Amino acid sequence: MSAVLEVINLKKSFGGLVVTSDVSLSMATGDRVALIGPNGAGKTTFVNLVTGALRPSSGEVRLRGETVTKVGPTGRVQRGLVRSFQVTRLFQDMTPAEHVGLAVLQRTGNSGRLFGNFLTRTEVMEEVDHLLEKLGLLPLAHRKVREIAYGQQRLLELAIALALKPSVLLLDEPAAGVPQSDTSRIEEALANLPSDLSVLMIEHDMDLVFRFARRVIVLAAGAVIFDGSPSDVTKDARVREAYLGSYAHASHVA
Amino acid sequence: MSGDSSVSNTNSMTRLRSNFIRRDLIGIAAIIITALAGYLLFPDNLALLTRLLAIALLVLSLDLVTGYCGVATLGQAALFGSGAYAAGILSAHYGITDPLLMTLGGIVAGVVAGLVCAIVMLRAHGLPQLVLSIALVYLFHEFANKASSWTGGSDGLSGIMLDPLFGVFEFDLFGHTAYFFGVALLLIVFVLLRILVRSPFGMLCRGIKEDPVRVRALGASPHKALVKMYVISGAVAGTGGALSAISTQVVALDSLSFTQSAEALVMLVLGGTGSLFGALVGTLIFMLFEDFVSAANPFHWLTMVGALLIAVVLFAPKGLYGTAEAFLAGRKKHDGETRA
Repeated sequence: MSAVLEVINLKKSFGGLVVTSDVSLSMATGDRVALIGPNGAGKTTFVNLVTGALRPSSGEVRLRGETVTKVGPTGRVQRGLVRSFQVTRLFQDMTPAEHVGLAVLQRTGNSGRLFGNFLTRTEVMEEVDHLLEKLGLLPLAHRKVREIAYGQQRLLELAIALALKPSVLLLDEPAAGVPQSDTSRIEEALANLPSDLSVLMIEHDMDLVFRFARRVIVLAAGAVIFDGSPSDVTKDARVREAYLGSYAHASHVA
Repeated sequence: MSGDSSVSNTNSMTRLRSNFIRRDLIGIAAIIITALAGYLLFPDNLALLTRLLAIALLVLSLDLVTGYCGVATLGQAALFGSGAYAAGILSAHYGITDPLLMTLGGIVAGVVAGLVCAIVMLRAHGLPQLVLSIALVYLFHEFANKASSWTGGSDGLSGIMLDPLFGVFEFDLFGHTAYFFGVALLLIVFVLLRILVRSPFGMLCRGIKEDPVRVRALGASPHKALVKMYVISGAVAGTGGALSAISTQVVALDSLSFTQSAEALVMLVLGGTGSLFGALVGTLIFMLFEDFVSAANPFHWLTMVGALLIAVVLFAPKGLYGTAEAFLAGRKKHDGETRA
């Protein structure tokens, strides 16, 4: 099976500081991968390298076989690599329907149209309604974003990402900041993501990682120190050391 | 349940649509009634009212880039003046005296000037961008000053001749034709811009103003959209410039000045940014206030304009129209009506 997303020997240094040293990974269609790592492991830099916000010092990023290392963030989105944000970035005065509608229009190359209002275009609105309904946001379709709860805003982030019909979805802590009572709805939405979509999730919440991911990659000090199944990750000595430092050797801890 | 909500969704869509159209019609009616009232109340002052229309086009064009896209500029008169000079030069030097062709020339010149300004200004953000806009308007001004064989330099461009509009309506000494020509231009531009600001592109621009990073994550290029908006803004400002050249039959250097740009920004802030109605209300109030106060007290009128501005910025930061709109919306909500 050919890889949807391939990262090959990716390196990034800021001056003399090496933040990402030689990271490689490959994702196939339908993968559910969680990327974890202690603070300062280089997760954010890695996300920025993959999405194109940063240029790597060396190495390659490939999307569906095409080398996109020199392609900017918008070009990568157009090629099917879509991200969500750790802190929601939504337009406060727009409605969920407008957000998702804009995403649908952008995907179909119509976001630059000077005429017509998509809220009155049925083919766009049908898709918008369908996506919002899937995430349980339909009753809020025409409320302003500033008036809806944070958990619902997180679901809207997912709806926008899905409206772009990505082949790789990069989720940056999809449940961050959501009250405990709402996390089950986020988890449900994550479980219902299309099966042919490859998902790379950056997450701190280990419960969510274990429930969602079928593969876990651990990043520490800018390098991949573990790549394997969730059941093995806690047993791995290097992972324990990365998270717990020298305490890892005190067997009764953790 | 899903059936219910999709029905209510269709309903809210229809309600949104009728809401848009109702506001369009209110806007058109308001422009026509104000224009007629101006014509009937101040028949001897049509020159001022026509100038008001031209400046309203300039302020609308500024609203597109500043109010809708968040690009702060103090050089918008560069687009307006380019339109004015193009229309004037067509007539004075090339003998193209048809007012519609001259307007078209103004639009084209505004578009080109908008493209030039966009390419230079959009390389920077924030304060450097503002400084670039000032530099640009000074360059345009200096260019017009130096190219005096074309522009008349500091004496202004004169010798603008006009054919009758549609071959029927002479541009008379009292400015009746020019006034109605201006009202028609403003109405056409207003309707087109109403369509524009709620189009997908208008929505995208509102998004860029709020969060360009988000827009990039949607796969859209903010830079491309802003250049496009600048070009559209140039067409609107160029229309205003052409109207000013046609109605006064002279083009003065200060039509491309920093002062004119700054004044346009003041009018926009006075009325309220990010709303076409705000731009129109701001222009109307500023120019009438300026006219009345300067006639009533020629020594202290600038002080009063300054005081009015401070009062608006401090007590109605959304501008006069924006504040009035928010107040009405709040009351409507209070009455139990839900607004979409």
